[in-house]
Amino acid sequence: MRPYQICVCGDSAINIVVADTISAEASALVRSAAARIQAAGIAGIEDIVPTFCAVMVAYNPETISYEELVSAVHANLDGLSAEGASAGKTIVIPVCYGGEFGPDLEHVAQFHSITPDEVVRLHTEPTYLIAMLGFLPGFAYLSGLNPDLETPRLEVPRVRIEAGAVGIGGAQTGIYPLPSPGGWQIIGRSPLRPYDAEREPAFLYAAGDSIEFEAISPDEYAEIEAALQAGTYEYRVKEAM
Amino acid sequence: MAKFTVCVPGLLTTVQDRGRMGYAASGFSPSGVMDRRAFSLGNLLVGNAANAPAIEFAFAGPTLEFENDAVVAITGADFNPRLDEERAPMYQAFVVRAGQRLSMPAAERGVYGYLAIANGGVDVPRVMGSASTNLKCGLGGFEGRRFTFGDVVNFHDTTPNPYYDFGPNHYRNDPFYHFEYLTQEIRVVPGPQSDLFTSRGIDTFYKERYQVSAQTDRMGCRLDGPQIESSRGSDIISDGIALGSIQIPAQGTPIVMLADRQTTGGYAKIATVASVDIPLLVQRATKQYVQFKPVSVIEAQRLLVAERDYYRNVRANARGRLTLEMPCIEPNDHAGEPTMPPVE
Repeated sequence: MRPYQICVCGDSAINIVVADTISAEASALVRSAAARIQAAGIAGIEDIVPTFCAVMVAYNPETISYEELVSAVHANLDGLSAEGASAGKTIVIPVCYGGEFGPDLEHVAQFHSITPDEVVRLHTEPTYLIAMLGFLPGFAYLSGLNPDLETPRLEVPRVRIEAGAVGIGGAQTGIYPLPSPGGWQIIGRSPLRPYDAEREPAFLYAAGDSIEFEAISPDEYAEIEAALQAGTYEYRVKEAM
Repeated sequence: MAKFTVCVPGLLTTVQDRGRMGYAASGFSPSGVMDRRAFSLGNLLVGNAANAPAIEFAFAGPTLEFENDAVVAITGADFNPRLDEERAPMYQAFVVRAGQRLSMPAAERGVYGYLAIANGGVDVPRVMGSASTNLKCGLGGFEGRRFTFGDVVNFHDTTPNPYYDFGPNHYRNDPFYHFEYLTQEIRVVPGPQSDLFTSRGIDTFYKERYQVSAQTDRMGCRLDGPQIESSRGSDIISDGIALGSIQIPAQGTPIVMLADRQTTGGYAKIATVASVDIPLLVQRATKQYVQFKPVSVIEAQRLLVAERDYYRNVRANARGRLTLEMPCIEPNDHAGEPTMPPVE
């Protein structure tokens, strides 16, 4: 019995699914599988995308057929196991919750019959592990959301969500790095930009790092934004022990 | 270095190639051309390598004033192209002389058009291995953005450059020329999450017709029509999105993910459009109909390889090579072309 299933994603991609729920072990399996496929250097593979429970492999079927790719994947994932992933750094992300920055905070609170302040308290409590980057450059999918905050996505996705927006989508939470359409419930916004091509490094974090959210006031938001523009803002990073 | 000036930019005119592969793990969309077949055929017509960067335009195209001679070909939607006051051909290489204005005013049929320029195409820096414009990140292509008034764009000097001649309007015999196929069913490979829909939902998806929504763009094609019933909501644990992935959000109508798609997402995916039929889909304008038909992954790949082999054969059998010295513009006689079936 293999510890994964292969799903067809059209004629140019497959999904190697290792689990059906989000867990630290699933993440470790995913990263291990992605690393093995990467190392195998299989001709025709164009992209390897690790996600919570699966690795998507995009390929060129003019170079390698579906059947050939599946054989190559099986050969390289023989004996797949969750190997210890090294601990990364933790970065603190200041967030102004509610008001114009978090138009869905009230809805999320009502959905769970708690106060908006309680949503903020529950959201800023955990240290979230970055399981993967995806969707947009620098968009981190975080594990660690309190189940009491799980909220379905919007029925009709918004056409535009602003950069820095912090939201909840189902069992997931995260921060939008760029303006984008999206279906998450937006509860706040950070003045920080997870991806900035002009900055060195362009990405604030990578898969395996962690994030903590910290509630700030609109005034503090404005101060941090000004400091970022002036180049005087100091990112708050806790290195791994 | 040869160049042209953008007199009229058009609505959405960008430099694209096949896309920026290899960075999806960091969240980068591949970008790249919407209609890969029309793009490749344009490069084939002017004798370029298949992936030479071309100019893509949509709905209303650009007007370009050339400062140098160029061999070009226009493919994709019929933009009723003009060279100064004369009608210019579609799907045929021709010469633009220094000082002439080439315009592609509006798409009469289809949505996306391509201008291929001989000898390697538009001269833009490769960013992360690709000339494609990523509009969201402002990266790649021409300064990371769409063309605007007065832009001066470089291209590789085409003098003297041989190019292929397939004769005027050869594409009428091209089995892949898609304007006769705009009402054809769109073939899809079921999955990866078709098990999250009820059998009634699956029936709806394959039996009903959908209409291209006005909210369709390079990122995705939104379709209007009957709701597709899911068995337990439409949210999944976010996973990877392939070209042509068909998401069904909670409202129940499909969104087909295209070149500028997000790399991952959390809506269940009922099927994935076969690569050979992506061009048929993207060339359908607002309000045009789409009907889906399931095929196996093996069949979808067989169709793709057959298409590749066809064009390899076309290239191998090109009647000859002309040079810049030969006049080659023939008025494009549209009278004999098959007419489009009426679109409801």
